[in-house]
Amino acid sequence: MFDETIRAMLLEGTWATLYMTLISTLFGYIIGLPLGIVLAVTDKEGIRPNAVVYKILDFIVNLTRSIPFLILLILVMPLTKAIVGQSYGSTATIVPLTIAAAPFIGRMVESSLKEVDQGVVEAAQSMGAGTFTVIWRVLLVEARTSLLVGVTIAIGTILGYSAMAGVVGGGGLGDIAIRYGYYRYETEIMIVTIVILVILVQILQGFGMMLSQKLDRRRA
Amino acid sequence: MEQMIRVEHISKTFQVNNGQVDAVKDISFSIEKGDIFGIIGLSGAGKSTLVRCLNLLEKPDEGNVFIDGKNLMELSQRQLRKERREIGMIFQHFNLLMQRNVLDNICFPMEIAGVSKKEAKKRAKEFLETVGLSEKAKAYPAQLSGGQKQRVAIARVLAANPKILLCDEATSALDPQTTKSILSLLKEINQKYGITIVVITHEMAVIQEICSKVAVLDHGTLVESGSVEELFRAPKTEAAKRLILNEFRHVKEMKGRHLIRVTFDGKTAFEPLIGNVILEYRTPLNILYANTRTINGNAEGEMILQLPESAEIADHMIAYFKEQELGVEEVDDYV
Repeated sequence: MFDETIRAMLLEGTWATLYMTLISTLFGYIIGLPLGIVLAVTDKEGIRPNAVVYKILDFIVNLTRSIPFLILLILVMPLTKAIVGQSYGSTATIVPLTIAAAPFIGRMVESSLKEVDQGVVEAAQSMGAGTFTVIWRVLLVEARTSLLVGVTIAIGTILGYSAMAGVVGGGGLGDIAIRYGYYRYETEIMIVTIVILVILVQILQGFGMMLSQKLDRRRA
Repeated sequence: MEQMIRVEHISKTFQVNNGQVDAVKDISFSIEKGDIFGIIGLSGAGKSTLVRCLNLLEKPDEGNVFIDGKNLMELSQRQLRKERREIGMIFQHFNLLMQRNVLDNICFPMEIAGVSKKEAKKRAKEFLETVGLSEKAKAYPAQLSGGQKQRVAIARVLAANPKILLCDEATSALDPQTTKSILSLLKEINQKYGITIVVITHEMAVIQEICSKVAVLDHGTLVESGSVEELFRAPKTEAAKRLILNEFRHVKEMKGRHLIRVTFDGKTAFEPLIGNVILEYRTPLNILYANTRTINGNAEGEMILQLPESAEIADHMIAYFKEQELGVEEVDDYV
């Protein structure tokens, strides 16, 4: 259908999208997981309530989440340049993607951990478990299914964001769709990139859900 | 006897949206080593808060809690956590880890205590046998019935080798049959391991089945305590009477008539007292409710009688029962 160069470009774009998405998800969790844990633990119903810590983090998360991603992309460009050395290309896009994903991931982790039965937490405390043990051996384990569903949602969302980064030369499939499909009216290329994106989301979503259900022991 | 638990003037107040709730008000009591001690009260009486004060899951605002001579209120967080390992607790909703299988659930307290994995597994299997569930070692809690879950919870507690077992409405989510089997398991544990057991419940039947001593909780206050026989035969407070009579609500419609509750022990249970009294006064009386129950091996009976309209004859009848050494009390104003 397309010539060699275009096919190579699409393949490269697919890899670039996967690279951005997965690395950003990883970094997002490196920041978001501890953030979510602290939010769940310091909440007034949590195991170590701390109104000051909770309110500060809660505010930061809300603030970051209310900035539209496209604006955030442009806003953090100086930071991106400082870290990566340039503000375009897929590696550079990882910076704004991580910044956008971390608070979102933090919220999902918080809500997953809050779903854990308080009674089980209390039972662990009655056995002499401290805060760390409760987090590590009770909350994270009991919330496993919900956390994995969260990872799946996060990957899907970040993949969508990564495509948006194409507007500012972010690399990947979104970039190709905008350059060829939008600026040069090559509709076929745009459609192909969309199809590839849909397939990617389907595969990642399906795999994530399968894993989370396989690891769930709550069903009889 | 040696004291295992001593509670001195503890109070706990919760802040809620529309003011504050005094869940526990200036409560003091003590429990001897090896006892099965019941704490009974209607829902909202403060039972759950009180039992959580015994391992400081709820820290009392005031007062002291001594466990085996040690004042928990004076311990650091670290020391308290260590102390809690010796105070097991089971719950109404079992509170097992849903993502761990039965064996790993029982290993959990030992993991916290730093017991080696191998040793933990060995002990877990041993206690799983004690509660009669060896074949369920690899099952997950979701695959078990309520009674089985509570057995796993009991094995989990035993694995930590506790001095005390706190039971917070441990049979309230179970059917009567299962309740009985869990209660007899608790009794067995008490005798076999000498563990002091504290039973929190709203059901008099549970108290009768296993407790030797009982305390009645009403609106956050301990209103009455003593042996179970004593409480059953001669409840002194309104709250205690309500709890005992709570079990036959159908008498309610007879309210306003002249009713008495008579209680008798094994000696008198076989004499035709009611027949005698009817013959003596040639006036019928109505038996509204009668029951015998076994409290710690002794047969104890009770009846609710509706006396004749004539106050004179009624008084005579009461006097007759009292003469026969029956417990008599007027109950025209209960529930």
